[in-house]
Amino acid sequence: MSPLLEVRDLKTYFATRSGPLKAVDGVSFSLEEGEIIGLVGESGSGKSVTGFSLLGLIDPPGRIAGGSVKLMGRELVGLPPAELRRIRGREIAMVFQDPSATLNPVLTIGMQMRLALEAHERVGEAAARERSAAVLTRVGIPDAARRLDAHPHQFSGGMRQRVAIAIALLNRPRLIICDEPTTALDVSIQAQILTEMRSLAEESRTAMIWISHDLATVSSIASRLLVMYAGRIIEEGPVTAVLRQPRHPYTAGLLASLPARAEPGTDLAQIPGSTPSLFDLPPGCAFQPRCSYRTAACAVLPELAPAGTGRSHRCHHPLGEMPA
Amino acid sequence: MLGFMIQRLLQALVVMLVISALVFIGVYAVGNPIDVLISPDATQQIREEAIRAYGLDQPLWKQYLDFLARLLRGDFGRSFIYNMPVLDLIASRIPATLELTLVAVLGATLLGVPLGMYAGYRPDSVMAKVIMTVSIFGFSVPTFWIGLVLIFTFAVQLGWLPAGNRGETAMLFGVEWSLLTANGWMHLLLPALNLSLFKFAMMVRLARAGTRETMLSDTVRFARAAGESEFTILRRHVLRLIAIPIVTVFGLEFGSTMAFAVVTETIFSWPGVGKLIIDSISSLDRPVMVAYLMLVAFFFIVINLLVDLSYAALDPRMRTRRAA
Repeated sequence: MSPLLEVRDLKTYFATRSGPLKAVDGVSFSLEEGEIIGLVGESGSGKSVTGFSLLGLIDPPGRIAGGSVKLMGRELVGLPPAELRRIRGREIAMVFQDPSATLNPVLTIGMQMRLALEAHERVGEAAARERSAAVLTRVGIPDAARRLDAHPHQFSGGMRQRVAIAIALLNRPRLIICDEPTTALDVSIQAQILTEMRSLAEESRTAMIWISHDLATVSSIASRLLVMYAGRIIEEGPVTAVLRQPRHPYTAGLLASLPARAEPGTDLAQIPGSTPSLFDLPPGCAFQPRCSYRTAACAVLPELAPAGTGRSHRCHHPLGEMPA
Repeated sequence: MLGFMIQRLLQALVVMLVISALVFIGVYAVGNPIDVLISPDATQQIREEAIRAYGLDQPLWKQYLDFLARLLRGDFGRSFIYNMPVLDLIASRIPATLELTLVAVLGATLLGVPLGMYAGYRPDSVMAKVIMTVSIFGFSVPTFWIGLVLIFTFAVQLGWLPAGNRGETAMLFGVEWSLLTANGWMHLLLPALNLSLFKFAMMVRLARAGTRETMLSDTVRFARAAGESEFTILRRHVLRLIAIPIVTVFGLEFGSTMAFAVVTETIFSWPGVGKLIIDSISSLDRPVMVAYLMLVAFFFIVINLLVDLSYAALDPRMRTRRAA
């Protein structure tokens, strides 16, 4: 059986005055039905652009420069806009970071849900209300039928994000791309929403790509982790394995800098240097200027090499077992 | 809401009182109407009788108080020139200006907003550049010149449309409207076109700027991610989001056109209030000037109130704030 989503060598470039900016440079991964994967990286690592590329939502000057995105065997790259539109929302939906920016402040929730329904099928007003209310109830909004007539500003931040999630769920997509959907929320609400999203995904066998810079959040929902750096995937594997035993020095650095892992009273570990500009990446491994394991071999870009039990990494000097 | 209305009503009263004083003093300063009213070779006795009859022998403050007292009884005085109640005189001229304004402002909006939205949606298209060039033309070329060019082209050279005056009218609600006859429309077309060009340009600019900004927002991205069509996004999301500045300008333009369509009405000898005020200024017909200017102030107060009320209808966030 072919996977739900198969991404091969995806390249998304932005045209700039000083040449193409390779925001996503040869990303490959696949996703099974109902699977939740986490896509982690710093800002500018290309994780969000990867998400938008899957939906074909790259605005000029950006474009998908190469590669393939197959959904249930069907190639999405190069589809005409009208066909892509029919896939968005119905096959692949997306939830964004800030619900107060994504929901339209001047339309009622009911109207926004109805527009999302009508994008894919003819529905009467009564039917649209009924279905919308049902989905709102599923994401945990009390008194949903009445709340359809409310406007976004009448909801709290957490509730607003639930509404956005409900809109994403409305057409029963097979895949939801979640672009930091809990980052703008209070920690307690983050946890609630994470739990609910996971059970929603399990119930409906919906796959998810959970994009975040926050390793802790991702690891609590995803089963597999992809770590991105400078537009490339540098490590991939089951969440527990990657967290317990990172192979790429960058992943190890990210983990070490988590406050939860630090000894109280000590300084947080940092990755030396800063995120490189995508304009002047060093040849070979993009992380090498910040890496303490660097050797002459790093001037050649390592392949994303499989390393047993579903893991792979892009490093010439992978880390071994870390002392417990 | 009730509190808001009462507050606005009190504000309006104060504004009207101040306006009436300013207008009265201003008009008094323009000149002595008695020189225009009676023939220069009238005897001194006739002259003094006339001055007394019009109350012009009284000190300014006394004249003003008398004026206010009459105002409270709904009496704006009689026109020196037409020798009829000022209110009747103005009321007889308003329909002509109202229909001219209505056609000009509505036409400019209904045409300008969609074209402006298109220019904002596809800013680099040839069509957008054509639209923007026309709008620059509308902004920068003076009204009187366009009016003369229109008359020269369509009335003199081509002979398609009449060069001036109101055409046939038909009765509705006890008022004469030229909107109800084909001949009336023929007469209306050129002056309305003349008046609308500037407003059209303004609407295009506003709609374009708003659309450009809104198209980059997360709201639009989210609607796209739900698979909504570009047309739906423009019509249901963007149009609603850019409506507030458009409604504001619509109201202000409507008011100022009603009040000051002077140039166009003069060029096309359109028998509206603009022409009336110009005539009454040159003949120093004080009661008409005072009543007219106060009416204009009143008109603007009403329009501003309507615009404010429409904000609440357009943006639900304002509704709650006001209720709070």
